[in-house]
Amino acid sequence: MALLEVSRLEAFYGQTQVLRGLSFKLEEGSVTTILGANGAGKTTTLRAICGMVRTHGELTFDGRAIGGKATETIVRHGIAHVPEGRGTFMRLSAEQNLRLGAYARRDKAAVEEDLERVYGYFPRLKERSGQQAGTLSGGEQQMLAVGRALMMRPRLMLLDEPSFGLAPLLTEELFRILGAISRERQVSMLVVEQNASLALSIADHAYLLETGRIVMSGSAEEIGKDESVRKAYLGY
Amino acid sequence: MDLFLQQTFSGLAFGGIYACVALAVVMIYQATDHLNFAQGEMAMFSTYIAFTLLHHGVPYWWAFLLAMAISFVGGVLIERIVVRPVEGTGVLNEVIVFIGLLVIFNSMAGWIWDYTIKPFPSPFPKHVPFGITFISPHDFGVIGVTLVVLLAVFLFFRFTPVGLAMRAAAQDPASARLVGIRVGWMLALGWGLAAAIGAVAGMMIAPIVFLEPNMMGGILLYAFAGALLGGIGNPVGAVVGSLIVGVLENLVGTYVPFVGSQLKLSVALVLIVTVLVFRPNGLFGQVVVKRV
Repeated sequence: MALLEVSRLEAFYGQTQVLRGLSFKLEEGSVTTILGANGAGKTTTLRAICGMVRTHGELTFDGRAIGGKATETIVRHGIAHVPEGRGTFMRLSAEQNLRLGAYARRDKAAVEEDLERVYGYFPRLKERSGQQAGTLSGGEQQMLAVGRALMMRPRLMLLDEPSFGLAPLLTEELFRILGAISRERQVSMLVVEQNASLALSIADHAYLLETGRIVMSGSAEEIGKDESVRKAYLGY
Repeated sequence: MDLFLQQTFSGLAFGGIYACVALAVVMIYQATDHLNFAQGEMAMFSTYIAFTLLHHGVPYWWAFLLAMAISFVGGVLIERIVVRPVEGTGVLNEVIVFIGLLVIFNSMAGWIWDYTIKPFPSPFPKHVPFGITFISPHDFGVIGVTLVVLLAVFLFFRFTPVGLAMRAAAQDPASARLVGIRVGWMLALGWGLAAAIGAVAGMMIAPIVFLEPNMMGGILLYAFAGALLGGIGNPVGAVVGSLIVGVLENLVGTYVPFVGSQLKLSVALVLIVTVLVFRPNGLFGQVVVKRV
């Protein structure tokens, strides 16, 4: 059974319809990327899955219907969203930001373990743990957002532009870490990323979105080889 | 010198009471960006509840705690039932609801307990320990109680997961939801806490100003002045600002001949206007800088 099943998903901002009937599945432990131009509905797809926009259609996570539920209820089932713009709690310390990721968890000992693990992935955050998060650089805040999502010990991570604001070397490092997390801990990921070649490099599957519809889908390898995709999104 | 010490400490006692009200106001302000104009009347109503409990023979400190607990539940219910429906529908709607609450509590208190001025007991011993003479026993007790309350609130927000979640929910509701925080309940909890802290202020001030439906009007104004002086977005600043206001108001009333006790309240208004004109973020308020 698929971990996440999306069928005929429509999403609206006020009167404006942004998603026009998406259907796709995510397998447990797999990485999927959504490609598409600006305004195609990539971010909205992620937001729709965790109940941040008004939707129609069916969303099933781990056998549970989550469509129309409140965001805080959906994420408690094990979905972590690294939002566009990072969503840092600016006036709290970096460590408090991370600990808030574990807010809904009751397994205290494991939370401490995970905190150390996150610091292991991002040693920079450990150096800055007591610092007010709003004063961290853009890249550090991005690590913080990913770290906070990991603190939820999610089964599915929704990553919206994880490379945003990161230097190229850090971006590669981040994707290496994400790939490792997905393999070692069987965390599924749905990634929206400007850097399409990087996203395809860790993805198993890819979808191409155009004006709220899926126009192409397949394994990351196939999609990466497709000539039109290459021209439009990979730039060669 | 004795007069100066006396007025300073009495000012600190008042300041502590203003600080409680200011803290209640700031808590709700941080979560909603609005000043709860009804905070004072809610505190007054809580004090009447304590009054009724005392009247029925409940021992003072039990009545004190019970009044706080009832106020907490009342605050939560007000948020859930009255405030929530207008949440996010615009400044005007929310402010009108706050003013409506103010009028409702004021009239309800008058209707239930009538408008006559009632004495309210002070729970503190008749003598200040260590033979100190420059502070009245009630002022001494008030400073102690308000310090305990302020410290408890500080520890709660600093060191408990729920306190942290409440701060997170106030700062960034969308992100808070993404980590599973039930933001709506955090707001209600904030209202409950604010009401309970306000209740303490009411019960501490009532022995001095006497219990009547309008007793908190001036107090709320001083609390606003204190909160603004310290920085309305900064709880610690609001507390310090309130203490300054309490002392300042008392000293000005004593030493500036034409002010006296009649014009004391204007000191608060002058302070509010001055702060807003020259330092809108208050003494300790940070100008929030955002990365773009």
